[in-house]
Order: sequence, then C-alpha cells, then structure tokens
Amino acid sequence: MLRAAMQWVGQVIVYVILCAGVGALASWPHYQQIEPNQAQIKLSLAHSGQRSKKCRRLTPQEIAKMPANERRPNTCARQRVAVRIQLLVDGNQLYDAVVEPAGLSRDGPARIYEKFVVSACNHSVTVRLKDTPGLGDFDYETTKQVAFAPYQSLAIDFSTDKGGFVFF
Amino acid sequence: MTAVRSILCFFFDVLESSLARFFPAQWNPLLNLGALGFFFYWIIAVSGVYLFIFFDTGVQDAYASVEYMTNDQWYAAGVMRSLHRYASDGLVVVMFLHLLRQFGLDHYRGVRWFSWVTGVVIIGMVYVSGITGYWLVWDRLAQYVAIVSTEWLDRLSLFGEPIARNFLHPGAIEDRFFTLMVFIHIAVPLILLIFLWIHLQRVTRPRINPPRGLAAGVFASMLVLSLVHPAVSQGPANLAQVPESLGLDWFYLPLFPLLERMPTAVTWGGAAILTLLFVAIPWLPPMCRLQPATVDLDNCNGCIRCFNDCPYDAITMVERTDGLPFERQPIVDPSLCTSCGICAGSCPTSMPFRVGSKLSAGIDLPDASMAELRTSLHAAAAHLKGDRRVIIFGCEPCLPQLLVTNETVATVPVRCIGQLPPAFIDYALTKGFADCIVVAGCAENSCYYRFGVQWTNGRLGRTRDPYLRKRVSDDQVRVIWAGRHGRRNLQHLLLKIDADLEEQKNRKARKNDRVVAERSKSHA
Ligand code: HEM
Ligand code: SF4
Ligand code: SF4
Repeated sequence: MLRAAMQWVGQVIVYVILCAGVGALASWPHYQQIEPNQAQIKLSLAHSGQRSKKCRRLTPQEIAKMPANERRPNTCARQRVAVRIQLLVDGNQLYDAVVEPAGLSRDGPARIYEKFVVSACNHSVTVRLKDTPGLGDFDYETTKQVAFAPYQSLAIDFSTDKGGFVFF
Repeated sequence: MTAVRSILCFFFDVLESSLARFFPAQWNPLLNLGALGFFFYWIIAVSGVYLFIFFDTGVQDAYASVEYMTNDQWYAAGVMRSLHRYASDGLVVVMFLHLLRQFGLDHYRGVRWFSWVTGVVIIGMVYVSGITGYWLVWDRLAQYVAIVSTEWLDRLSLFGEPIARNFLHPGAIEDRFFTLMVFIHIAVPLILLIFLWIHLQRVTRPRINPPRGLAAGVFASMLVLSLVHPAVSQGPANLAQVPESLGLDWFYLPLFPLLERMPTAVTWGGAAILTLLFVAIPWLPPMCRLQPATVDLDNCNGCIRCFNDCPYDAITMVERTDGLPFERQPIVDPSLCTSCGICAGSCPTSMPFRVGSKLSAGIDLPDASMAELRTSLHAAAAHLKGDRRVIIFGCEPCLPQLLVTNETVATVPVRCIGQLPPAFIDYALTKGFADCIVVAGCAENSCYYRFGVQWTNGRLGRTRDPYLRKRVSDDQVRVIWAGRHGRRNLQHLLLKIDADLEEQKNRKARKNDRVVAERSKSHA
C-alpha cells in the first residue's frame, strides 16, 4: 500500500520535473540581440549598375546582315558595371564595397544586405552609391540626421524610381 | 565510439533503473521513447488542426487571431496552443533521448543503418516544422526567427534576391511569403509522418503507442503545464525595431544566436559537416557483417514460426518451390537480416535430440549453427564435475557479464537468447549434462535484438511456440536478464542455485532415509 503510494508520488515528481524543464526552456533564459543602448542600421538594396559599354549604333551593313525580324538600330553589351556603395555614420566609414552584378553574364543587379549596430543617439547617416563606369564621383548621395531610439531598426533601401536612397 | 557507447549505456542504465522504482516495468518512459515521440506527434497534430480553424493566414491578422485564441478563448484554443507548443518541445526531448539510447545500445549499425539514416532526415523535418511554427505567430519572436533564418539561407546566395529583404521594413513583408510559411508548416509535418512510417519499415511490431498509463501521465502533465504556464506571444512584430529581450525556445532555436553571429564558413560548414557525420555514423566504424540466416527446405515444414518471430522483417513466406507437400516456405532477405538467430530458436526442427543424424534446422545461421550449439553444449558439459552443475546459456552481447567457467559452472554462448530453442534446455537436463540451467540475456527491455528476451519469456512460460516441455520443472531453469548489475546478480543467482541444489539433495537424502526407516520398521 505504502509502496504503491510512493510509486505514484514518484511518478508525479518525474512528471513535474519533465514539465518544469519543458516549461522553462520553452521561453527562458531570455536572449538579447543588441544592448538596450544600441540601435541597428540595415542597408540592403538590389540595383542594376549601368551597362559597362555604351550602346552603339549599328552600321547599315551590320543591320543588313541580320535576319529581318531581328533588325534594330543599336547594339548593347549585356554586362553591367559593379556598384559601389558606402555608408558613413558621423563621418566614420562603416561600409565601402564594390558589388559585382549578379548572373553568369554579369547582367543582373548588384545586391547587398548588411547590418550595423550603432549607439542609440543622434547620428548623421550618409549613404553613397555609384552605378556608372569610370572613376568619377558617386552618382547618388543622401545624408540624414537620425535620432536613434533604443532598439530602433533603420532600413535603407535604394530605388531609382524614388530618386535614390530611401530611409524607412 | 565504443567508449561513447559505454558511457551512454551506463547513463541510460542508471536512469532507467531509477525510473523503474516509480514506474511499472512497461511504463518506464525510457523504454517507450519512440512511442512517446509518436504520442507527442498526435497531440501536436490534433491541437494543430484545432488552432488552424481560428488562425488567420494573412500576415496582418495572424497575430490578432493568435491573441484571440490565447486570451479570449484561453480555455480551449489557448490550451490547444500551449499543448501544441509543449508537445513539440516534448517531441524534441524524446527524439534526442531515443537517438542517444539507440546509439548507446549499438542499435544503429549493420543492417540497422536504415532506421538511423531515416532518423536523421526526421530530425531535419522536426526542426523545419518547429521553426516555421514559431514564424506563424508573427510576434517579435516570429520576427526574430524569420529574419535570422532567412539571413542564414541568403548566405548561400541560392535565391536571386535575398529573401531577408522581405523583412527589411514594416512595408516590405508580403502576404505571399507568409502564406508560403503556413504551407510549409503544414506540409512538412505531414511528410514527416510518411518518414516516420519509412523509419519503421525494417523493424517488426514497432512500439508506436505508449502504454495507457504512461500516455495518460504524459498527457495530464502537458495539460497541467498548459494551464499553469500557458504559451503566450511576445508582442506584435515590428520590423522598425530590433526585438528587445526575447524568450527563445531553446529546444528549437538554440543555434539561432550562433547563426546570427558566426561566419558563414562556421555555420554552413558546420551544418554540412554535422549532417554528413550524422548520416555516416552507422559506418564509423562499420559493423563486421555476420552471415545472414539460410533456409534448408529439406528440414522446413512451412510452419511460419520463424516468420512470426523475426524482429527485423527479414523473412517472407512464399509459395513452396521444392515440391514437398507444404503450402509455404520462408525466404530470408540478407540485406535485412541481423543474424540474430531468433528464427532458428523458433524452428521446430532445431532438435538436439536427433542423435547420430546431423542436426540441421529448417533455418539456421551458417556461422553459429544449431549443430555448433549442440557441440559447444557437449564440450561445456564434459568439463563439469559434481552434483551441483550449472550450465548458463548466455547471449553474446552480454557475454562479458555472463561468462563463468569453473568446475561446476559453464557458459554456452548463443548469438541472442532468442536463438536458444527450448528443446536445448530439455536436452541438457534429460541427458544429465547439468542439474540446473540458467537462461541469461540482455536487460529485460533492452534486448540487443529487440525480441530475444520477450520470446524467450514466452517460450519458457509456455505461452509462445515452441514451448519448453512440461517435464522440465521450474526450479530446473532459472532466468536472469542482465543489466548494469548483471554480473553481481548472476553471482547471487549462482550461489542461490548452489544452495537450492544442496537443499534438494539433503531433502532427497532425508526422504530416502525415511523410506528406508519405514521399510525396515514394516519388515520388523
Ligand atoms: C520523432 C522522431 C522519432 C520517432 C517518433 C521514432 C520512433 C521510433 C520507433 C517507434 C522505433 C521502433 C522501436 C522499437 O519498437 O523497437 C524506432 C526505431 C529506431 N529509431 Fe527512431 N524515431 C524517431 C527519431 C529517430 C532518430 C532521430 C534517430 C536517429 C538518428 C532514430 C533512430 C532509430 C533507430 C536506429 C531505430 C532502430 C532500433 C532497432 O533496430 O532496434 N529514430 N524509432
Ligand atoms: S537471423 Fe534474426 S534477423 Fe535474420 S532472419 Fe533470422 S530472425 Fe530474422
Ligand atoms: S520455423 Fe522452421 S519449419 Fe517453420 S517455416 Fe521457419 S524454417 Fe520452416
């Protein structure tokens, strides 16, 4: 009798241990991705650089050689130039990369997805992009003063339709 | 590997015997890990179907629908949600314990590679199911899970556009992508069920249902946990913020903080190496192949006992091909046969009494045949002296614990205790080779060849063919199932047998004296 009772009690204890373990580890200990005094910048874009060679007018002879249904006035190389992107926070360069176009024939967009942790306070955020051939200046540049709240996640995307960098 | 296995074996042995103090033998959770896995799966499936009725599959409304279930309908959908979560965690716990136990018991090599490798696929599916499940709540944990997992997948650059861009800012997320996750969360568990079925293809009579008492206990405790500590969401997802402090489910997401921080070479390289290693474990090192069972049709009457007893589905009964007047004959698939010899133990033609003629069973192991067993029995008996002689039939996997040789005790090894036909016990006793027989095998519920112990118990208890003959009395056959204390228990048993035989002898002598005395009295 006593033995049977002890068995039941023992079983209950085993189940309690199992439940306590499962219940606890299902959501504890807590995990912090970033510190409370930090914020995050996500810089991500998919943008096609310009074609690496300018389109060229075809000569009348060249046009004549083409099959009738494929005749057109210009020929364009498919390759695009690599895109250079820079991110500066308060003048400090956090990111500077030349991103190659995607695709075997290098005709796709250049894509990046980068994250940066910054302190949660006022920052001047500058992003620059160059998508043309040659060594000249950046084609796009945006600077914004951002008052970062703790845990804020600032996303920066790029869209030529929207005139360049977009801050979210 | 052997050292790791021994440590695990010891660990499970200690845990199992501790649990045995509280649970009836059949209810011991450690002996029902696979079955508990199935039980948790069914809890998850039923609660999942209920949740799906109230769940809104659009990303905008998913969170609100889960909140409704948790708060407004806490007594039904809320409990279902908690059961769904905690049973999923329970599944991970029993799955890994089951894996470790199979590994510790060396149940994963040789022809058993199949169960192991399908098991590895199952681990992947369980994780995909769990992780996508967390995604659906669309709270801040879901946001974290979605972002870390997509960022990790993106590191392989398989998808044109990084899929993590779906979560760049609050306006980026699309319903389409979210619906895909809902679909994956339903489809993968269904495929998992198919894989569980495949997982069991090479074992006969798998235990997929835990005993009622254990199932009731587990379910009741999950229910209590769900009521006392319900699963809740962690605030609505907000892609404009990094989640503050997160309550991670450490059963499903323990590697997420690493995925986030470690370089690609470590995370993807590690994942690839770990997967390969896991798949390759049955061949590290490979098991030396014992010869599979072979059938000798001249000695087979098609009784199907071998087919009934084979633990690995290696025997099929087919139409007779040799013209003998029997309906069927067995054939053995060598790629499924573990060479346990249980079939030979069940074959009615494994008859040691056939003196003179060659002992040839209908089904037998070429490298550990019935004829050899009889020869080793003769050899063992030849060395024994006195009138308290004991022969131990001991199974090979536990032989180190069971091997005893001295003037009065000899051990005859068998591949598995299920390989021992009961007729051999009868033979050894009636031929006067020993005064007592000990039948010794693996720990009762951890038989290396799954059913050796169970079938032997049935044969000796005369409830399973082939029966031990009635003329063998109970005190002439002792049974011992080794375990952690196998050696010690065997020593105790041998001492007890010795004392019993001594006592029997004295009793017989006293009886003789009495008879003689009575006779002489009546003469007088
Ligand atoms: C949800 C997960 C799983 C469930 C529900 C499950 C269930 C089962 C069941 C019911 C058995 C039959 C046991 C018996 O009756 O003797 C079994 C056997 C087996 N399982 Fe699993 N299993 C799971 C995962 C795994 C994993 C992850 C592995 C290893 C990677 C694994 C390895 C094995 C092996 C090797 C056997 C064969 C044992 C033998 O041949 O004696 N299983 N499993
Ligand atoms: S030796 Fe074992 S696995 Fe092989 S056929 Fe006989 S019973 Fe089945
Ligand atoms: S147990 Fe023996 S006699 Fe019966 S079918 Fe199998 S091999 Fe034939």
